[in-house]
Amino acid sequence: MGLTGAEEPIFGLNRIMLIRFLAVAVMMLILWLAVRNMRIVPTRFQAGAEFLLGFVRQNVIIDTLGEKDGRRFMPVLMAMFFGILAMNITGIIPGLNIAGTSVIGMPLVLALVAYVLFIYAGLKKHPGAFLKNSLFPSGVPLPIYIIVTPIEFLSTFVLRPVTLALRLLMNMVAGHLLLVLCFAATHFFFLSMLAYGDFLGLLGIGTLAFGLAFTLFEILVAVLQAYVFTYLAAVYIQLALADEH
Amino acid sequence: MQLAFPVVMADEHGEASPNPLIPAIYDIVWSAVVFAIVLVFFLWLVPKLNKALDARRDAIEGALERAEAAEAKAKASVEENAAILAEARAEASQIREKARAEGAQILAELKVAAQEEADRVGATARAQIEAERQAAVQSLRQEVGVLALDLSEKVVGESLDEQRAAGIVDRFLADLEAEEAGRR
Repeated sequence: MGLTGAEEPIFGLNRIMLIRFLAVAVMMLILWLAVRNMRIVPTRFQAGAEFLLGFVRQNVIIDTLGEKDGRRFMPVLMAMFFGILAMNITGIIPGLNIAGTSVIGMPLVLALVAYVLFIYAGLKKHPGAFLKNSLFPSGVPLPIYIIVTPIEFLSTFVLRPVTLALRLLMNMVAGHLLLVLCFAATHFFFLSMLAYGDFLGLLGIGTLAFGLAFTLFEILVAVLQAYVFTYLAAVYIQLALADEH
Repeated sequence: MQLAFPVVMADEHGEASPNPLIPAIYDIVWSAVVFAIVLVFFLWLVPKLNKALDARRDAIEGALERAEAAEAKAKASVEENAAILAEARAEASQIREKARAEGAQILAELKVAAQEEADRVGATARAQIEAERQAAVQSLRQEVGVLALDLSEKVVGESLDEQRAAGIVDRFLADLEAEEAGRR
């Protein structure tokens, strides 16, 4: 920010920003269609959406936070999971070909939300005691706090949001680079070598196969990173709510 | 081909490459906007989802409870039937036992009554026989006396004094009886 000078646009839309909007719009449309009139006996479409929604609701949120706190933080954690999933999955959608989460802004905002959430949860549940419990864990001999407290501060209040943001960002960037490498190489082997009679260009078959394999792999990574991010956010909230650290 | 970091491309224009970890302001702004939109959507969706899932759980739990209640009821009625049946059996056997006892008692009573009747009849008969015997003995004694007197009158040829005659007869009979007793 400010590195490129005063002309940097505040509301500048580029391709990735548009992909984000498109991704979340499609995701919201699908979920809206699935749940707009939910029935006790679900239709097939509703059952499919419910499987995913129910997985996040039960396995990620309620199993971590419990029924009561789970319901409190459910909307924001659900928004996290499905937002990340929608923006991750654009990385393998032909024509979009890049994850909405593969520039730092989105992971950073999401990590900030998780950061604010768990600090808010801790301060609300244990006003006064939260910071003490986080920085000065009980049952440690007094001199050891000289080491423990900076470590706890670093791990809880610095590394948690940073690792959340970077894990997501780097996974998406690395996936994108892998796919770019594979498909650019395929493009080169086929169109710049094989097209001119160089049979070394047949290597393109291999790079294409790798590209397809990594495309499938990226589906897994997209879901996994959404899961990991949301799960860790839930765990951080749970740790902040816990009575003893 | 689009790259992940358009900012990196700036190198080609000889500009300083910005750190990819330092976000552009518009990136942060649009990220926040996107997340805000998604959050609002899920603030609408989650209560709806929870409501639907709770309703379904209630429906399933209600159905299970109803099934359990019906099962318990059926079990209770089976037990009740069994109890009634056992009671009826016990009652029947009790009645049978009672009837048997009563029968035995009636039989015993009848036996006693018959015995009594038989005893009574026997006693009567014996009394009668005794009476008849006594009568027979009496009349025989008289007749034998008369006959003996007649005979002796005829033998002696004269009438004996009435009173003396009776004494003779009695003496004679006593002698006979004594004699008979002596023979035994």
